[in-house]
Amino acid sequence: MNHRIRLHLTLLAAATPLALFGAPSRAQEVLRIGVNGVMSGEAASWGLVNKYCAETTADMVNAKGGADIGGKRYRIEIVALDDKNDPKISVTNAEKLTSQGIKYIIGPNIDTTALAVKPVVERAKALNFPYAFAKELYKAPAGNSVLGMVASYQVGPIMYEYLKTKKGVKSIAFLARNESDARNQQAEGVEAAKKLGLNVVAASDSYEPGTKDFMPVMTKVIKTKPDAIVLSGVAPADAPLLNKAARDLGFKGTISTETAQDSKILAQVAGAKANGFMSVGGASTPEIQSDYMKEFVSVYKKRVGEWNDEAGTKVYALELILAVLKKNPKALDDVEVFKKEMATFSMPNPFVKGGATRLEFAGQADFGRRSQVGVPLVINEFQDKEFKTLFVGTIRN
Amino acid sequence: MIQVLINGAVLGCVYALVALGLTMVFSIMRVVNFAHGQMYMLGAFVVYYLYGEYGLPFYVALPAAAAALALVGVAFNRFFFQPVLASATREENSMLMAVGTALLLENLALTVFGEKQRGVPPVVDGAFVFGDVAEGGAILTHPNAMVAALAALSILGLLAFVQYTRPGRALRAVAQDKEAARLQGVDVKATTTLGFAIGAGLAGLAGGLLVTVYGVNSGVGVNISTKAFIMVMIGGAGVTSGAIVGGVLLGFAEAIGYDLLPGSITYLLIFVAMIVFLVFKPNGLFGKPWG
Repeated sequence: MNHRIRLHLTLLAAATPLALFGAPSRAQEVLRIGVNGVMSGEAASWGLVNKYCAETTADMVNAKGGADIGGKRYRIEIVALDDKNDPKISVTNAEKLTSQGIKYIIGPNIDTTALAVKPVVERAKALNFPYAFAKELYKAPAGNSVLGMVASYQVGPIMYEYLKTKKGVKSIAFLARNESDARNQQAEGVEAAKKLGLNVVAASDSYEPGTKDFMPVMTKVIKTKPDAIVLSGVAPADAPLLNKAARDLGFKGTISTETAQDSKILAQVAGAKANGFMSVGGASTPEIQSDYMKEFVSVYKKRVGEWNDEAGTKVYALELILAVLKKNPKALDDVEVFKKEMATFSMPNPFVKGGATRLEFAGQADFGRRSQVGVPLVINEFQDKEFKTLFVGTIRN
Repeated sequence: MIQVLINGAVLGCVYALVALGLTMVFSIMRVVNFAHGQMYMLGAFVVYYLYGEYGLPFYVALPAAAAALALVGVAFNRFFFQPVLASATREENSMLMAVGTALLLENLALTVFGEKQRGVPPVVDGAFVFGDVAEGGAILTHPNAMVAALAALSILGLLAFVQYTRPGRALRAVAQDKEAARLQGVDVKATTTLGFAIGAGLAGLAGGLLVTVYGVNSGVGVNISTKAFIMVMIGGAGVTSGAIVGGVLLGFAEAIGYDLLPGSITYLLIFVAMIVFLVFKPNGLFGKPWG
């Protein structure tokens, strides 16, 4: 091979990648977002739905060429780690994520794991979005955690007021999963119900995580003859079994919870016995979905295989993070800038149709500052295999 | 109180069936099968797909779940446990292998079946009503009655098999003394494989049966295994009658405890009672010293 031919071949080899990927091309930046939560075991759906929602948002943004932040295009990359609901693993995960330079982390899912990672994110000057309700995570002097959804103590009073005025409920029983989060929710629910003048006939009943036969524990609750039963901190896997046990034992009143649930699970496991069950929704019911939310559901289904109604409350975190970063690109490297933006940030809620609902940070009334994603307070009722929106409320701010 | 007794009886039958498979594997192989709960979960998913999704009759799907898990048991025994037991000098090796297989099955299930709770249409509907529960009456739902009856039938079937058939007698012989059984002409390798298959098949049968009332999710295994261990420890590891008595005792303890005590105290007391009991009777009610 003479020298000239070799030179041509070398030039051709060098030019091929440029021709294939379009030259000249601008190198795309990568924005890494962490997800730290429970993704295995009985409560896997809590963390996995967070992960799937973040990945779905990333898919949608990346399909449009990435997020435009400060004139640069960023491909969104989700780094998800399973903490198995174990505070030790959650801390290790948070250290791993922050050591990689990740500034924004979605999760963890419960009080114990969220409180364990709090010092880690504060030390690393990162910001996390837990789905845990402990107020000390969000009140000063804490400053690096943002509640990702609506808390039970925000939903409870509104839901009990509805039960009292619209359904004529006078007596109420509380049943909790025997875990710190759920027991806290139960105690707060009992206080809220008492303030409304409801007669609390069962205030401290609970069941062990992993229980499958709820007839024994529900028998005791039914004997107190309540008009309504509140399931505090109930996992989506337990809710249909609890509904079924209550109905099998002849309970005719209302059953409700302050957590998000999935209609398919209720339909499959409890069927018509879950009719009338009230729970918290996000933007998942067809009555309030925008076209953007419909697209989200379709991309989610493509990635995961099927939709989970729990995701209705979890679509917001990454959307809001990206929106704030777009507004002030300095927040990419400095979460203090992000925190300042939280006080005033407001945008139309892309997931709810009509354009009238705003998406902003909330929590002033409960935490003394805006340290909560302002997810709309949607109350759903299960009826004939699907959720129907009963009403949409707002968090006091 | 009648409702509490009904709840206890149903739970007792179900728990006994769950514990039986675990104790069977232990008695034959001296292996604590940590994957027992995950095998229960797989059996439930077999019925979920065959009966719930593809519409096959439940009474076809249920034996299919037991058979499928028996095959899984044979494969686990042949490819995982037998090689380890043949070469290992310490018992911990087989325990670690069992923990590994549990994690393997759970993570595989999470990937294949997803994170959601699943359920199937009820096989039977309705209830025997004996008055208003709130006024001291009782209700036994037909699905619970069916589950308890089928669990009791399965237990009786297994006891008859072990007591009166030639392979059953071989199983008992291997459980009592492997070397003596070998000298009597028992094919120990085939018998241990049969024992593991029956243990895994029982887990699959329990899962397939209980998915009709409790549903299933990929993470259910750990809690099932934990409860099975409690029952086996109470009754005595490796003793069939011990597993049955342990299951029934736990069922009634749970039903009565939830009725008389705050929920959070019930399992605390069950664990405390178990610790105290094991201090005085470390081999359980019917167990013999291991080794």
